[in-house]
Amino acid sequence: MTDEARDQAPAIELIGIDKRFGSVHANNNVNLRVERGIIHGIVGENGAGKSTLMSILYGFYEADAGEIRVNGAPVRISSSREAISHGIGMVHQHFMLVQTLTVLENVMLGAEGGALLARGADALRAKLAELEREYGLEVDPDAIVGELSVGLQQRVEILKALVRGAEILVLDEPTAVLTPAEADQLFEMLRLLKTQNKTVIFITHKLREIMRLTDRVSVMRRGEMVATFETAKTSPPELADAMVGRKVILRIEKGAAHPGEIALEARNLVVRDDRGVTRVDDVSFTLRRGEIVGIAGVAGNGQSELLEALAGIRVLTSGEILLNGEKPAVELRNPKGMRALSVSHVPEDRHRMGLVMPFQACESAMLGFQDDKVYGGGLLFNRAAIVADQARKMEAFDIRPRAPLLKTANFSGGNQQKIVLAREIERNPHVILVGQPTRGVDIGAIEFIHKRLVALRDAGKAVLLVSVELDEIMALSDRILVVCAGRITGERRPEDTNQQDLGLLMAGVSEHAA
Amino acid sequence: METFDAAIVILGSGIRLAVPLILACLAGLWSERSGIVDVGLEGKMLTGAFAGAAAATLTGSAWMGLCAGVLSTVIISLIHGYASIDQRANQIVSGVAINMVADGMTAVIGNAWWGQGGRTPQLDDSAMFNPIDLPFAQSFSGVPILGSIYQHLISGHDILTYAAFALAPITYWVLYKTRFGLRLRAVGENPAAVDTAGISVRALRYGAVVICGVLVGLSGVYLSVAQAAYFQPHMSAGKGFIALAALVFAKWRPLPALATCLLFGFLDALSIRLQGFVIPGLGEVPVQAIEALPYVLTVILLAGFIGKAIPPKASGIPYVKER
Repeated sequence: MTDEARDQAPAIELIGIDKRFGSVHANNNVNLRVERGIIHGIVGENGAGKSTLMSILYGFYEADAGEIRVNGAPVRISSSREAISHGIGMVHQHFMLVQTLTVLENVMLGAEGGALLARGADALRAKLAELEREYGLEVDPDAIVGELSVGLQQRVEILKALVRGAEILVLDEPTAVLTPAEADQLFEMLRLLKTQNKTVIFITHKLREIMRLTDRVSVMRRGEMVATFETAKTSPPELADAMVGRKVILRIEKGAAHPGEIALEARNLVVRDDRGVTRVDDVSFTLRRGEIVGIAGVAGNGQSELLEALAGIRVLTSGEILLNGEKPAVELRNPKGMRALSVSHVPEDRHRMGLVMPFQACESAMLGFQDDKVYGGGLLFNRAAIVADQARKMEAFDIRPRAPLLKTANFSGGNQQKIVLAREIERNPHVILVGQPTRGVDIGAIEFIHKRLVALRDAGKAVLLVSVELDEIMALSDRILVVCAGRITGERRPEDTNQQDLGLLMAGVSEHAA
Repeated sequence: METFDAAIVILGSGIRLAVPLILACLAGLWSERSGIVDVGLEGKMLTGAFAGAAAATLTGSAWMGLCAGVLSTVIISLIHGYASIDQRANQIVSGVAINMVADGMTAVIGNAWWGQGGRTPQLDDSAMFNPIDLPFAQSFSGVPILGSIYQHLISGHDILTYAAFALAPITYWVLYKTRFGLRLRAVGENPAAVDTAGISVRALRYGAVVICGVLVGLSGVYLSVAQAAYFQPHMSAGKGFIALAALVFAKWRPLPALATCLLFGFLDALSIRLQGFVIPGLGEVPVQAIEALPYVLTVILLAGFIGKAIPPKASGIPYVKER
């Protein structure tokens, strides 16, 4: 290949990349072309396959099928070392840093420049000083990484890539952990890199950042690359549409709602995650008996944290939650206490929070209610009662196979979800918090679950539905709250809105009128 | 002058008792700094002691004993490494298994070969590591205090003792001043960072495990071919565990490890010296109380009273690429 052809070739070309993890098709025949010297965004919901794709590019996983071309030449990347040698640098979502080592040691790792550290260290100090001048990447080389702020740690990750001579820099959700000011600095720096003819691939699920920063943007949805746009020629609603996808609209038979008294009221809730980043930012709303309130939003905008806070799992930073107009006693503000107050919770991720996969179905079906008298109530469990109780629920919820002793993991996604649902609903709670009730669930089970939720509403229960499936939100909700970046950006009635309207609210454009 | 002489004797004895601790502790340090927890030090020490004594008996050469002892522990270390690194087994279970197998096998094989209840025959002086007199030890003996210290504390130890004292700073130097050491420290804290930097986690951990085998082998050989002149079942008598306690106490750092092992060695020497010693008005000194001190000190440390002992973050966790 001549130098000229090399210069014109795209920096990265991914052709037909395919990757499965067990039954999950993480990347399905993905094609991507990234031109040199631009900032190319990749946007998609959590779990759309963005990180997997980039991990394949960086040699962390190997694709089952497909081809990678760097500067037009086909390459095989089966380890990070090879990716580095092709000029690819990666800033991982979870930093690949050693907390107990200094900045210098972290940057050196894998690029020490000799068996003894001393000589390489001197050269590296000079190099760091140079990068600091060039890009304003200021950081004390002798500071212990674990003592730095998250923003500075990210800077160390970027330095690691640059010191290794990266021409193509991949950043995986880099702003997720940053304060707005830190994010601004990062963007500034990425633009500077672009002027040096470096290529930046920027992964995010935040449309605002895509619009602000990128030159081109590719959209991923459920493992597939669905579209690529010139950023200047697209808009947040168009991107939101592509991300969420238009599907056959689900129709659910349901009559008008008859909202009753306020069952749950959230007042100015603020929730921070484990890293101290504010995920729920001053959220207030009410939930009445006999209505379903849907919370719509692109995944990762604070819905999960909100749901966990309401269920008593996550501690509120500030604000208060009222049940039937009263503030629960302090000792009840935990999952067990909330359950005792008749608030049930179907968690978003049944694998992580809802079930214990190696347990038998009947054991998974008593989690959280293990002290219930039905199961024995005392020191010993009444095994026969546990099995009988689950057999009854399996009949009522049509859980197949009807095998209370089968391992939870051996049920299909839909039936696992029904196990959780049966557990949480059957005790006749007043408030039901439901997260992603139909994620990874087959059509038949979706219908069943939706009907159940409507039936609960009609029975006078208050249902809060968090879902990233807009169709589900539209079909089930009596009121829709849209969240973006931890704030409620709008409230709509399903009959007064449409996907475009919700898409704009989800993208954080809250001023526009319906 | 009498107390001074007594002190010199106790200190000298403390140094000798500290040597196997230092070697085993450094062995554990290498392993755990790479992320492989090693509770099998005790069993490896015993194996090294047996193989060393057996080979020295058969060949009449201390050096052959040393080679055999080290070889045996390197092999066991590699088994532990294979279980921990490639098979992702529970490292505690693997280590405990090593302890149990070593304890039984050494006694059984020893008894089968020599028929003395597991004890190996007494080694000749020529088949042992003998004390080395440093230059001028005799001529300085007349100098008060310093002469005595030089003659009885610094001079007159065997080669393994000097090796143990040299290995602590060497470990420090390799760990903190070389590429291998940097990578090793990193892999025990965050193997994913090492992996994404294009370095093999597996190779590093195997390297560490082999070094661990060599060092703990030396400690075993010291027991049977330098300190005693034979192997005897259970002769490590918990020293592997004390070495582990010292490792925690030293917070996985080489030079503090040396100091801690010396402290524990002196406590051991003191407890031997105080056997049957009657303090007026109090009665006999309970030796067990002093023997338990290393453990008590370690527990106090772990409880957070003397700073905080934070182990390498990835130790005990097999490295699996995560989704």
